[in-house]
Amino acid sequence: MRKKRISGKESRKWFFGRGIRLLFFVFFCSGCLWVVESSAKTEETAPGRKLANQTVKRADPWITADHSRHAILQQEFSSGPEVTGACLSCHNDAALQFHKTIHWTWLDPATEKTDRFGKGGLSVNNFCINIQSNEPRCTSCHAGYGWKDKTFDFTDQTKVDCLVCHEQTGTYKKFPAGSGRPVSEPKVFPGNGKTYLPPEWNKVAQSVARPTRRNCGTCHFFGGGGDGVKHGDLDSSLMKPNKALDVHMGIDGRNFNCTRCHSTREHRISGRVYQTPAAMHRKSLIEDDLASKITCESCHSRKPHKANEKANDHTDRVACQSCHIPSFARVNPTKVWWDWSKAGKKKNGKPYEENGDLGKPVYMTKKGEMQWNKNIKPEYEWYNGSLGQLTVKDTIDPASPVKVNWPIGAPDDPDSRIFPFKVHRGKQPYDKVNKNLVIPHLFGSKETNAYWKTYDWGKAISYAMDYAGVPYSGEYGFVETSFVYPTTHMVAPKDNVVGCGECHNKTESRLAGIAGVYMPGRDQFGVLNTVGWIAVFASIIGVALHGLGRIFIPKNNRKEE
Amino acid sequence: MAAKKMRTIYLYTRYERLWHWLQGVFILVLLATGFEVNNAFGLLGFHDAVYVHNTIGLTWLIAFAFFVFWMFTTGEWKQYVPTTRKMLAVIMYYVYGIFRGEAHPVPKRKDAKHNPLQRLTYLGISAVLLPVQMLTGILYWSYNSWADLGLARLPLEVVAFLHLAGAFAILIFLIVHIYMTTTGHSPFAHIKAMITGWEDVEEGVDIEDWERGDQKA
Repeated sequence: MRKKRISGKESRKWFFGRGIRLLFFVFFCSGCLWVVESSAKTEETAPGRKLANQTVKRADPWITADHSRHAILQQEFSSGPEVTGACLSCHNDAALQFHKTIHWTWLDPATEKTDRFGKGGLSVNNFCINIQSNEPRCTSCHAGYGWKDKTFDFTDQTKVDCLVCHEQTGTYKKFPAGSGRPVSEPKVFPGNGKTYLPPEWNKVAQSVARPTRRNCGTCHFFGGGGDGVKHGDLDSSLMKPNKALDVHMGIDGRNFNCTRCHSTREHRISGRVYQTPAAMHRKSLIEDDLASKITCESCHSRKPHKANEKANDHTDRVACQSCHIPSFARVNPTKVWWDWSKAGKKKNGKPYEENGDLGKPVYMTKKGEMQWNKNIKPEYEWYNGSLGQLTVKDTIDPASPVKVNWPIGAPDDPDSRIFPFKVHRGKQPYDKVNKNLVIPHLFGSKETNAYWKTYDWGKAISYAMDYAGVPYSGEYGFVETSFVYPTTHMVAPKDNVVGCGECHNKTESRLAGIAGVYMPGRDQFGVLNTVGWIAVFASIIGVALHGLGRIFIPKNNRKEE
Repeated sequence: MAAKKMRTIYLYTRYERLWHWLQGVFILVLLATGFEVNNAFGLLGFHDAVYVHNTIGLTWLIAFAFFVFWMFTTGEWKQYVPTTRKMLAVIMYYVYGIFRGEAHPVPKRKDAKHNPLQRLTYLGISAVLLPVQMLTGILYWSYNSWADLGLARLPLEVVAFLHLAGAFAILIFLIVHIYMTTTGHSPFAHIKAMITGWEDVEEGVDIEDWERGDQKA
């Protein structure tokens, strides 16, 4: 008995002495490792960052000509084509090069011209729908002069507008309804009430240089006829963004111009063109320093994150944009809904406009009902870089919302990634008999039955369809449609990326609609979870009852002893 | 019980105890982070839960190799050889006898730490459940290399399902296991033994001299 007590004491002594010390030592060591590892992590730069920083030393492109000293640019000009003629007297291949590009043709170069595939042909969107019969308004964003109808001569070199892309004064303005021409006399545009002045031709012609954000943004930030109407990731906030809005373009950071990534050869500016992806290969600049399009991977590599980061294992299936653009339209609102079927309502017999909370129109007699939004979470789809697109000749099923364009991609396609999109939804007219979308004649005169003059859908559609040379039954209705824009600008700083749990989440995953992959945390085994947790609770109750039994059932044996 | 004479024997070596508690901590952390990854609750956040789960999982795998080495070099594997002898008696004890204050039919001895029920359970766990869990775990972890490993057609769902099913089994074992530690001659006797190595056993059991705790002390 006595000996036993000693051994018990001994063991206790051991436990409180060496045992505790040993445990402490183990925990101390693992704690130290943890701290060392995590502090090492904060100091380490991700390889993708390091690589990109090496790639982009300050861009300071040099030129060998001061255009303000060229005599030919000091002559008196009275129109755009005269300036173009002066440009072409030296740059004699420039217009010929430009004529081959989509910026001039507005047709998909990957298709036959006779297919009329492209915005200059019969392709449709769910904004102002199509250019046919509406040219003078739409072509204010054409880098040319005078595309006022289908008689425009696409082979005339002097009709190329060099200035809109190259002038640097910021004073050159094309009239919004002038078929791409600036005004020759001061003129008010009724659409926005602004007065447009004739350009100071010598000043703008002598200012030419490589295109900057403002040159591209003049059209691309205002697509659809207003700031941020079309793209959610391209609007006037990118003229002078800060790093928080766009980590590459931020003027407090790298201050990239568009052409820093949209590299250009012979006036062919790289980027997605309908079904042709922006880049056909995923190459770093080390593999191909003259890659036609600078992609994320060109500078940041295929495994840009720190070693052992799970994000590196995602790059084969998830586009960089999906995590690095947590939301778009972060400064200016973008349009998300446009219901043409509500157009035509008048107040006191007069067309009217009504602005919403975001200072943007929510109703316009001319255009119908609209919704705008800011800080929008993208929608995600499998995407291999090409978009499918309807033309007015394609048959639709009006029973469900019609996809006017759609991302092409699939989970089993190794070139596809999960990619973020802005989706613009709305209602637009279609042919109830022939089952295809239709073109309305929006912009024009009373004589041609333009909708914005007469508010008569039937006649406006009939005129435009006839103009476009596409059959129309005469019966129209409105169908709900969607239109997508790949979201690739407005890349956020690394601290503002989408967290793992925003997708790996069973209730509100950003990727709730993505099929074809098992995602831990998002996807649940319903039956196994139910059975599993029932079994867990059953065993807790089981041991609890067993324990209670041991306490409360009288122990007969004890008495016998 | 108080009337019975107790004797203390050195039952669990230092490595064994270290292994036991280390594995216990690993299992708790893996269960917590694993169920968080499965989105049962939020604790560390998905990113950190995955990181901790992977790190601890791989650590366990390495530590488990040492355990297997220890088991075979010391002959401790014999403790896991299943037997049906007295199995019924042990089951009856836990179902019935324990409530009546009866003595355990298979008291612990140095060369027989486990009763027949424990032998079967621990064999099932260390030879089947844990290896399956480790295999599915390392597969899950190496998902991005499946194509290189020739496993391109293996669905991740299947691996995830098995891994989760294993996790439930381990959790249930853990609950019962912790409860069973209270069934010694006092509620904390078994836990104390697993900390100090010294287990109180009843007198009159056949124990070899060198094993006796009081002589060792």
